[in-house]
Amino acid sequence: MQKLKLVVVGNGMAGMRTVEELLKIAPDIYDITVFGDEPYPNYNRIMLSPVLANEQTIDDIILNSREWYAANNIKLHTGARINKIDRKNRVVYAENGTSAEYDRLLLATGSKPFMPPIPGKELDGVQGYRDIKDTNDMMDAAKKYKHAVVIGGGLLGLEAANGLKIQGMDVTVVHRNEWLLEKQLDKTAGKMLQKNLEAKGLNFLLEKNTELINGNQDGRVSSVRFTDGLEITADLVIMTVGIRPNFTLAESAGIHCNKGIVVNDTMQTYDPRIYAVGECVAHRGISYGLVAPLFEMAKVCATHLANFGIGLYKGSVTSTKLKVTGIDLFSAGDFSSNEDDGREEIVLHDAVGGVYKKLIIKNDKIIGGVLYGDTTDGSWYFQMLRDGKPIHEIRDHLMFGQDSLGNTGHLGQNKAAAMTNEMEVCGCNGVCKGTIVKAIQDQGLFTIDDVKKQTKAGSSCGSCVGLVEQILASTLGGGYAPPSTSKAVCGCTEKNHEEVRAEIRTHKYLNIPDAMKGMGWRTPNGCATCRPALNYYLLSTWPHEAKDDPQSRFINERVHANIQKDGTYSVIPRMYGGVTTANQLRKIADVADKYAVPMVKVTGGQRIDLLGVKKEDLVDMWADLDMPSGYAYGKSIRTVKTCVGSEFCRFGTQNSTQLGIDIEKAFDHMWAPHKVKFAVSGCPRNCAESGIKDVGIIGVDSGWEIYVGGNGGIKTEAAQFLCKVKTAEEVLEYSGAFIQIYREEARYLDRTVHWIERVGLEYVKQRVLEDADCRKAAYERLLYALQGAVEPWGERVKNKALSKQYEIIAV
Amino acid sequence: MSNWVKVAPLEDIPQLGARVVRSKEIEIGVFRLQDDRIYAVNNKCPHKGGPLSEGIVYGDKIACPLHSWKISLVDGQVEEPDVGETACFKTKIEDGIVYLELKD
Ligand code: SRM
Ligand SMILES: Cc1cc2nc3c(=O)[nH]c(=O)nc-3n(C[C@H](O)[C@H](O)[C@H](O)COP(=O)(O)OP(=O)(O)OC[C@H]3O[C@@H](n4cnc5c(N)ncnc54)[C@H](O)[C@@H]3O)c2cc1C
Ligand code: SF4
Ligand code: FES
Repeated sequence: MQKLKLVVVGNGMAGMRTVEELLKIAPDIYDITVFGDEPYPNYNRIMLSPVLANEQTIDDIILNSREWYAANNIKLHTGARINKIDRKNRVVYAENGTSAEYDRLLLATGSKPFMPPIPGKELDGVQGYRDIKDTNDMMDAAKKYKHAVVIGGGLLGLEAANGLKIQGMDVTVVHRNEWLLEKQLDKTAGKMLQKNLEAKGLNFLLEKNTELINGNQDGRVSSVRFTDGLEITADLVIMTVGIRPNFTLAESAGIHCNKGIVVNDTMQTYDPRIYAVGECVAHRGISYGLVAPLFEMAKVCATHLANFGIGLYKGSVTSTKLKVTGIDLFSAGDFSSNEDDGREEIVLHDAVGGVYKKLIIKNDKIIGGVLYGDTTDGSWYFQMLRDGKPIHEIRDHLMFGQDSLGNTGHLGQNKAAAMTNEMEVCGCNGVCKGTIVKAIQDQGLFTIDDVKKQTKAGSSCGSCVGLVEQILASTLGGGYAPPSTSKAVCGCTEKNHEEVRAEIRTHKYLNIPDAMKGMGWRTPNGCATCRPALNYYLLSTWPHEAKDDPQSRFINERVHANIQKDGTYSVIPRMYGGVTTANQLRKIADVADKYAVPMVKVTGGQRIDLLGVKKEDLVDMWADLDMPSGYAYGKSIRTVKTCVGSEFCRFGTQNSTQLGIDIEKAFDHMWAPHKVKFAVSGCPRNCAESGIKDVGIIGVDSGWEIYVGGNGGIKTEAAQFLCKVKTAEEVLEYSGAFIQIYREEARYLDRTVHWIERVGLEYVKQRVLEDADCRKAAYERLLYALQGAVEPWGERVKNKALSKQYEIIAV
Repeated sequence: MSNWVKVAPLEDIPQLGARVVRSKEIEIGVFRLQDDRIYAVNNKCPHKGGPLSEGIVYGDKIACPLHSWKISLVDGQVEEPDVGETACFKTKIEDGIVYLELKD
């Protein structure tokens, strides 16, 4: 088939990100040609500031080398400015005489520094700060001249000023407003920032309007004069008063523009063959000047270029950081104070310690914030802001940061900055901080997924993802945007977990192929991430009706044993409540002898583990054992740990052992989003460790206390108190209802703690405690789902067809 | 000299699943894709020797059960950013029976 022709105008960050996204999902449908008027391949414009500050070199910041274009069969024309689009014949023409035909055209022409109409602005030595050439010009000027004036005290201006100072110049920043960064900071933070920058040797002139730039006889700038009459010496003037979307080309081709190239939510211009992304566009009236929104646009645009016809760009909330080493500043959202409309402010100000934090809250949600001096919680606040997360439960601690909440959430500790390069970040894959930082810089990584892919850090148990995120944020500065928590299930679909669950329910999908077809899966049969999730969602939504697909289960659940590093398996029989008998122990001992089991071990969950069993021996061994499966391998009910309790213990107030047995029997065979562990202790001494279980139950004189959302694993989480009930029947009903709602609503691979983290304990209480009908109905649904469940080991002992997969074919 | 050995009837290998063939020298995973194409590779993951036959089959790839490396069943190549390769073996189906060619 003849490939379509895609032409990209603008070889910058947004355009090339779109191409990268496109290559990922549809590598073969286009012949791609790229025109860029700069003489370089795509580079990381953000990093021009570190280059000017001598922290990096131009070579460090190239994102896509010429070899990359060649390897992806992309025709690259550098130093080639497009000055005409012939929409009728679908051809673009470059100033240097080159031309190219297109079927689809992508405009990504970025923006230009705004040069205000001040007399003298055309003199030598008056320039903007936008590209490599500007940066080189500044560095050259610094070698020859002394006095630099930066007009405009915004982010770009301050980074330029800081860099020029480091290049050895005397720098004065001129700003029209009363304080710096007035768009990002309130006055208090703005003044603190100014003080810190003054300490670094920068000079400031605030509330000044530039009237005139004077030149010398060589035509080079010599001084700058303000409206109040003050005049200062200047050999170099940098204009950083704003940027203007670069849409002249689009406009000259008759494409509708209004302060930017107007695009719809699918990133199409008024000519449907022509797309636009990046700083040059006006989307819903807004033009963005930061990379995070541009990358979101790129993703959406790529899906449409790939003909998937999915994905809408709905605008972005942005956050900013200032990339001046030694200064920590973060701001996001709407932070102006305006008490009339129900806004509340929380402010923490330590003038001596140089820390200032302000959060703006409206309707129980964070809508904006400024952090100065200590920005470690910036990503955390920003994430809550983007997700619109209710905050009343943590409001008391909000200001003191994520660490003050104890261990809630797997978002990691704020220690990235304090770590040395040799310190290990990812224990699973042995990746240290230096490796991650280097990968981010050398390979131009922007997202956690990129870092996971390239370095493997965070790709296994996930406990270090929070730390990786901080390293990413501190390495990238403002270029980092935390992912929203409602992301797609995997690369096979745009839909997130909640959307998938909802569609399975409304369309009543009963098997994976129908579900994938109905929801427009991009891949013929998914991947190792989405298939297990889909299988679980089908089974939990339509018990007894949906078809279980063993091939979509992880090996352990497929063969009902836990795979070991050498390909052997472990066998853990059920011992309800951790109680066993002499007879069971004898059987286990015999089996261990007969099959020469290399290790017999008592587990942390109070069961017995036979380790190192060959796959082909499993079925025979189960037949000899004649005990039920302990499900120690499944995303399922695991163990109910118990203590001795009132039957024997001198402190016991309740029969915890019996209740544990009853629970384990009642909920046996239960699949869940992740493993589910219970514990029952007979008194508050809590010998069964109920405080770190998904459901922990503690006997007290007058009944039972129920705790939920505990976790003893990767990150220890104490369970939270749910309620107190009188009888064992009530324990079953309340905890069963809790687990059922978790089964129906949590994302696959969420432990209970992660689910509660997201929906809030209030929500759980409301469904399980306050709404008795809801509780009873949920409990009923759980019992219905478990009705007639078949014990898997016995089933395989009986059924030859099922046991075939355990046989090895000898040749 | 070619050395074709009989594996099993096609229906004994589950779709999107695998069976293990063991000879004196080597263990081979024989995989069946959704469209009934059959591929065979050395049953040892290039990472730490995980038994590939026990992984999840999707498209024409296998995700290793131990640490989720993704390996192409067509050419045995490991998916980026990991690197490595596992040996491939020829297969054929005749009269509903799957055969595998062992190298000598
Ligand atoms: C056998 C056992 C260790 C032991 O010898 O004592 C064990 C062994 C494994 N644990 Fe565990 N865990 C065992 C008790 C625990 C406990 C303690 C407990 O259950 O009281 C915990 C902390 C409690 C908790 O889960 O909150 C625990 C937290 C984990 C985690 C982290 C879970 C988390 O959400 O943070 C994993 C990883 C996972 O599941 O993703 C894990 C995963 C594993 C796996 C399944 C790793 C794997 O996928 O192969 C290990 C299987 C080895 C095998 O086949 O025997 N194991 N593991 C324990 C079996 C308990 C049982 O009788 O069923
Ligand atoms: C010094 C500096 C620091 C920054 N720091 C940050 C930061 O910390 N965080 C952040 O989020 N953002 C930062 N930014 C902004 C960020 O770099 C931009 O948002 C981003 O680069 C915009 O991407 P784009 O693709 O839309 O435009 P660009 O990257 O500017 O790409 C547009 C390209 O198109 C070319 N072009 C234009 N017209 C034509 C034509 N007719 N023919 C051919 N080629 C053409 C241009 O030469 C340019 O190469 C910074 C910018 C600068 C200058
Ligand atoms: S802690 Fe658990 S997962 Fe880790 S090695 Fe021990 S048994 Fe395996
Ligand atoms: S052994 Fe296969 S991924 Fe590690």
